[in-house]
Parts: sequence; C-alpha cells; structure tokens
Amino acid sequence: MNDTPYGKIVADGLWYNNAALVQLLGLCPLLAISGTVVNALGLGLATTLTLIASNVSVSFIRNWVRPEIRIPIYVLIIASVVTAIELAMNAYFHELYLVLGIFIPLIVTNCAIIGRAEAFASKHTIPKAFVDGLIMGIGFTLVLVALGAMREAIGQGTLFDQAHLMFGEAARGLTVTLIEDYRGFLLAILPPGAFIGLGLLLAMKNLVDDRLEKRAARRAEALREARA
Amino acid sequence: MRFKTFSSPHMAPARSVNRVMGQVLLALIPGTAAMTWYFGWGVLINVSLAVTVALACEALMLLVRGRALTPHITDLSAVLAGWLFALAVPPLTPWWVTLVGVGFAMVMAKHLYGGLGYNPFNPAMVGYVVVLISFPREMTLWLSPSVIAELNLSLPQAFTAIFAGRLPDGLTWDMITAATPLDRMQTGVGLAHPISEIQTSPFFGYLGGVGWEWIGLWFLVGGLWLLKRRVIGWQIPVAMLGALTLLSGLFWLINPEIYASPLFHVFSGAAILGAFFIATDPVSASTTPRGRLIFGAGVGALVFVIRTWGGYAEGVAFAVLLMNMMVPLIDHYTQPRVFGKTAAGKEG
Repeated sequence: MNDTPYGKIVADGLWYNNAALVQLLGLCPLLAISGTVVNALGLGLATTLTLIASNVSVSFIRNWVRPEIRIPIYVLIIASVVTAIELAMNAYFHELYLVLGIFIPLIVTNCAIIGRAEAFASKHTIPKAFVDGLIMGIGFTLVLVALGAMREAIGQGTLFDQAHLMFGEAARGLTVTLIEDYRGFLLAILPPGAFIGLGLLLAMKNLVDDRLEKRAARRAEALREARA
Repeated sequence: MRFKTFSSPHMAPARSVNRVMGQVLLALIPGTAAMTWYFGWGVLINVSLAVTVALACEALMLLVRGRALTPHITDLSAVLAGWLFALAVPPLTPWWVTLVGVGFAMVMAKHLYGGLGYNPFNPAMVGYVVVLISFPREMTLWLSPSVIAELNLSLPQAFTAIFAGRLPDGLTWDMITAATPLDRMQTGVGLAHPISEIQTSPFFGYLGGVGWEWIGLWFLVGGLWLLKRRVIGWQIPVAMLGALTLLSGLFWLINPEIYASPLFHVFSGAAILGAFFIATDPVSASTTPRGRLIFGAGVGALVFVIRTWGGYAEGVAFAVLLMNMMVPLIDHYTQPRVFGKTAAGKEG
C-alpha cells in the first residue's frame, strides 16, 4: 500500500476521489459555510491545515498504534489539531473566526479528515501523507470556494465580499460587484441554495467524467481501426 | 335486480395527457376570470407571460435534452404549470419575478428530474415558493379588490407596472396595494385583536375576504366540473378541504376570537384552488385511493397549521410541497390488494 505514486495522490485528491464531489464527505461545513467566497476560503484553508497536521501525525505514529485503539487516537489527534487552529484563528483572524463560529470546532467531525487518517495516512510514509493531506484539503477548498462563488454571485451579485476579514484592511477593495443594483436572490444564500448548488456541481463533474470517458473510448476505437 | 348493460363496443373515452390538461385549463377559466374582475388586467398579463415563459423553457430543455419537441410541448402541461404559477403570484408581479419563478419551475423542478411524469414536486408550486422566499417584498404587493379599491389600473397601466415597474403619475404602491385577508387575520391575531373586531374591516366579506370568496367559489365551480368529468378523483379535494374544515372548526369552537372560522379558512387564499387544481396534480400527488385521502388530509392539516402558527399567512404551496415529499412513503404503505393475492402480497 505504500507505493501510491505522487501523481496519483494529486489526481485523486483534486478530481477522481475529491473529498466533496466523490466521497461526499464533510457536507455539513460545505453546505453551511459556502455562503460567500471569503467564508468558504477561510474554512477550506482551516480544514486543509487540519488535514495536513493530522495526516502527518497519524503517519508518524502508524507503526506504534495498535489497531484496536486506532480510532480514539485519531480522534484525539484531530481534536488537538483543531483546537490549536481554532485558537490561532481566534488570535489572528478574529472577525473571520466570529463569522465562521461553531464550524471551526466542528472541523473535528468532518469525516474527510478521519477518513484520510484511516484510509491513507495510517498506511503511508510521512511525505506521502503530507502530500495527500495537502491535496485533499485543496480539493475540498476548491469545491467550497466554487460553491461559495456560485452562491455569492447569484445571491447578492458580488464576489469576495468582506475580503478584509481574511486579508486585512488593504483587501477591502477586492470586492467585485458583478451586477449594480442587484436585488439579491435570497434562495441562493439560504440553505436550499447550498443543496441545489452542490447538486449542480456534482452533475457537472459527472458530465465532464462522462465526456472524458466517451472521448477515451472513441480514441481507443480509432486506434484499433487504424491498426486493423 | 337488473343491471342495465350497454351493448358493445364498450369504448372508454380517449384519455390523453393533453386532453386531461386541456380540461383542467378549461376549468381554470371561471376562477381566472373572477380574479381578473377583482384584481385587474395584471392577472391576465401574468398568465400570458407565465405561459409564454413556461413554453419557452420547456422547448429549451427539450432541445438541450435531445427530445422531440412536438409530443411534449403540445401536451399543455407547461401551459398549466405557468398558468397556476401566475394565479399564485400577486397581480402586478414584476416580469422578472415570473421569469425566475417559471424558469426555475420548468428547468429545475421538472426537467432536471426527468420531465413530465418524473417530477416529485409540483413544478408550479416549487417556482412560487422560490420567488416567495427570494423576493418577499414583491410577493406582498397584492392589490385591493376592485370593488372596494379607489382606483383601478387600465390595461396599459398594468402593462407598464409589470414590465417597467412604473405606476401612473401620482400613484404609489402604498395607495393601490393592500394586505390579503389572511395577512390581516394573522397580523391582527398576532396583535391580540379579537377576530370579531378584525372582521369589521371592509376587506372581509361574508365567507372570506371581499373578492376572494367569489374567486374561491368560481374555482369551486371549475373544480366540481373536473370531478364530474372524472378528470380528478374526489379523494384529494374532499380530504384536503375536510381536514382544513375539521381542524379549523375544532379550534374555532374552542375559541372563536383567536381562531378564524372554517368558512374563512376554506374561502380565503388558495385553499379551493389548491384542493382542486394544485394538490390533484397526477404526477406529484399520491396515486393510490387511500393514499390520496392521506395526502389530501395532510395538505389540509398543514395549511391550517402554517396559517395559524406559521411565519407565512398562506401555506398551500408549502403544504403541497411537504406532502409531495411524503408521497413515496404513503404510496408504499397504501398499495391496494392485488386480485388473487392476500393483503400481505402472498399468493392467496
């Protein structure tokens, strides 16, 4: 199991085994915090950090943990990592911390993290576990940001609203108003918008996969004909 | 006893989707005419706009899905969905609200689920709930019924109001709009006014609200005609209005000063329209006879609960959608016994 090449780790994390779009893990924060791009990015990065730290720690102790007690130990590790990140965010991104609220401590319960610890980090070396955590986190963040952008653009007609919560006062100008005098489309900001948006993203991914598969099949067919 | 038998051939009348839909549309005409009488030309403009948008979206989605245009677009189901949506929204609803609502209904609620026959939710009600939640201000712009309104908009004036959002000079929205009777009732009861006092306002009539009661009666006429033609079954309308009457009657008997009378509940808002035209949608409603009774009763009970304790003054759309969700469960447990088998499905 230790021979997963780096290329496959990256491709899986970003696309073929994406935490949000394929494994459908961590849907609670994904649906709840994707109201704006900035919130999505904040939570996505916090999750990525947690994934990296927990993956590396789990991989580090993988030869000494008895299988009977591995789950409680993973939970302890993840909980400590999340607590540290929560305190750090409270110190350095206080306003964003207030906006994200309960969803930062709730990263502990994000199944994607314990899922990676169990399925990958406990069977791979530290460098590979690190890359897997990073890429899985980025894959999750990308989906979160895509959903956030969709909901923010349709819901309130802006992008990067309240960017100063994350990047400091200098970033206030980052906010892009897509449509002037937009009346707002509340549905996109409310929970149903998150479910519908995620459904559309899933459908889009399946459509792309379907097209890719068909194209590959056509190519193989053409190759066979050319040979014959 | 003699049973009279007609000689052969025993032919059933042709039942096709567009025949059924056409009869439902026909039955909507008296109620729609009454609505136009009480709320002005805006109703007719909304209906034509919504039907046009519905047909355009239907055609677009059929093209995208690579389906044949003709059998689907002429089955009148899109026309009916658009029409019902237009009856649910206020008479001077801005054009873009109709566009968003009907577009959502046809694209998301109908075709993304597989088109006519596969949609678990009533498309018109999905569209209405989407705009109700998203544009709360526009959705409260109900007009005073024409019989008590000081001025009524002409056809061109209604046209400008819907498409340009402009009212004739010297008029403001506050001058022509008025809360619906259900709204007044909910606000009044919320402020602890006794119902006998609330109902002294000129907006209340004999049965429900002024105008609204007649609209309800005309929809009832259309609905009864549908029943007589056997286009819809009796179970859903009877169960829905029965449950609404029973529940509201019970609470009304307990305290008529805080709970409105059953007559008011039945003849206000969209109760009758909902009972005969919306909840009876053959696709999204329950399909077994017993299931239809449960489905209708559920809608009626939810309407009463939402109107009495909910955040919205009217609850037909929410009630129908909530019960749509229950349909697979209801249908599963109310399967009629198949001839030759026991109730448990074993060979008998």
